[in-house]
Amino acid sequence: MSSTPSGENLDRRTRRRGDAIFRMLAQGSGAALLVIMAAIAVFLVLQAVPALNADTTSFLTTLKWAPDGTPSSFGIAALAFGSVLTSLLALLISVPVAVGVALATSHYAPRWLARPLAYVVDLLAAVPSVVFGLWGLTYLVPNIIAPSTSLNHYLGFIPFFASNGTYGKSIFAASIVLAVMAIPIISAISREVFIQTPRDQVEAAWAIGATKWEMVRTAILPYGRSGIISGTVLGFGRAIGETIAVALVLSANYEISLHILEPGGNTIAANIATRYGEAGEIGRGALIASGLVLFIITLIVNFGARAIVGKNSRGGAS
Amino acid sequence: MAKNVQMKDVDIYYGKFHAVQGVNLSVPPRAVTAFIGPSGCGKSTVLRTINRMHEVIPGARVEGRVELDGEDIYRPGVDPVEVRRAVGMVFQRPNPFPTMSIRDNVVAGLKLQRVNDKAQLNEVTERSLRAANLWNEVKDRLGKPGGSLSGGQQQRLCIARAIAVQPDVLLMDEPCSALDPISTLAIEDLIGKLKQDYTIVIVTHNMQQAARVSDRTGFFNLLAVDKPGRLVELDDTEKIFSNPTEKATEDYISGRFG
Ligand SMILES: Nc1ncnc2c1ncn2[C@@H]1O[C@H](COP(=O)(O)OP(=O)(O)O)[C@@H](O)[C@H]1O
Ligand SMILES: [Mg+2]
Repeated sequence: MSSTPSGENLDRRTRRRGDAIFRMLAQGSGAALLVIMAAIAVFLVLQAVPALNADTTSFLTTLKWAPDGTPSSFGIAALAFGSVLTSLLALLISVPVAVGVALATSHYAPRWLARPLAYVVDLLAAVPSVVFGLWGLTYLVPNIIAPSTSLNHYLGFIPFFASNGTYGKSIFAASIVLAVMAIPIISAISREVFIQTPRDQVEAAWAIGATKWEMVRTAILPYGRSGIISGTVLGFGRAIGETIAVALVLSANYEISLHILEPGGNTIAANIATRYGEAGEIGRGALIASGLVLFIITLIVNFGARAIVGKNSRGGAS
Repeated sequence: MAKNVQMKDVDIYYGKFHAVQGVNLSVPPRAVTAFIGPSGCGKSTVLRTINRMHEVIPGARVEGRVELDGEDIYRPGVDPVEVRRAVGMVFQRPNPFPTMSIRDNVVAGLKLQRVNDKAQLNEVTERSLRAANLWNEVKDRLGKPGGSLSGGQQQRLCIARAIAVQPDVLLMDEPCSALDPISTLAIEDLIGKLKQDYTIVIVTHNMQQAARVSDRTGFFNLLAVDKPGRLVELDDTEKIFSNPTEKATEDYISGRFG
């Protein structure tokens, strides 16, 4: 059709070259990422094997941490339990708050307030965790004793709130610090998705006579579900990987207990941070083995979240 | 049911922008009134004042009176949510709630009105889907998501959703412009059927469609470039297309501009 077929061919070939370069870049980065992930897993396994061999008791059930002792003995289950418990509690607190903050900045606050508010939330996401840890230690721990005591007094019949004393440095306190750290990231990501809700979905809700909250429930939240889940997964990652803030706030031991108002338990990450310096060769291997468990937990959580987002995501953002 | 719509000296603004000026009109019940005119002259804007959807845009406001059977819907104290429950709307792009089931889409408005009786919801679902000529195509998959239907089916689902609450007025903003010719025909047939029960106001950029489906036609135009839109004339469709009063209308329908 064109009078300059050679020029057209040339054009098309350049375009194809662009495609090829981009495809190589994309596939290359994807592959590199997989290789790095696999390398980390292999490294963790190799480093952990000597310690796992030296372990004389079952590393999954022992409730103490003495890898360099004779016999060598270290329990990872208690750590994994502590990590998961504090992180889940943190999410339980932070997700509703974060979604509320996200809705406030995306749909409720007047424009002059919404922008600065969203900006502050983004800023909070960048605050180093040691700052949150210090806040937890100096402010939260002393001030949480009173509410903890009332919780125990009125709800003590629920196992979670059973307690044999009054403590500030508890699982509860650690979870609150983790929640505060997770809120900014969850709310920032939720907000980004909320504001992308297609206008015709929002108008569909208005047009059938929805109030504002009903509009949010029928249009914004279903569309934003994937964003809430992604944000929650990242928040979980931040909480379960946190070292210094937990180490500062929690008075650690190697118990497995659901009594969140009591001190005790520890998390994998905090344990690695506090123990690595003093550890001998086997001790380091033991810590790395616990790191491997942390790695596996986060993988499981990520895949679980993918499955949830993937299922029934038609029409939502993903 | 099927109320008439009156506008008296209606001016419509988006912030400082004066979009539409001085509209006076009367829309009869149980008939189809079409709004035609070049794009950007304010047809959608006028339509969206009838269910108070205009004001969901920040800064948007309306002056003048808009009445349903004589009752001013902009009177202080009127709840826009109640107005929207009485005046249904169908949009240009089909917009069912994509993850909600077909059944839940149809009764979404009823559920907002706290109707929870299973039998009643089922009955309304069937009645509305039948009225929207969609029942036979979806009756075996009412639990499937609304997003799983074709574009034409989605638009009929949206019509079913709008009429499920038995509104006084049904507004349609270019309901066929995103659809193929066969789906368009299906919707036009449906409009002809629905006008027995409802007051219908439809915006269309397609003059043949206006001629086919409407009893009354209003022609909108801009006063001039950068001036507000206005209603040039509103009359029986037959008259508008054969012997309009205004020269601008005649120029438009004979294709001399727009
Ligand atoms: N959300 C909005 N904000 C500001 N101006 C708008 C908005 N929607 C429409 N307008 C303006 O109002 C005028 C009328 O638009 P519209 O009612 O959509 O015209 P039509 O439906 O006849 O094509 C146009 O000038 C358009 O640019
Ligand atoms: Mg329009």
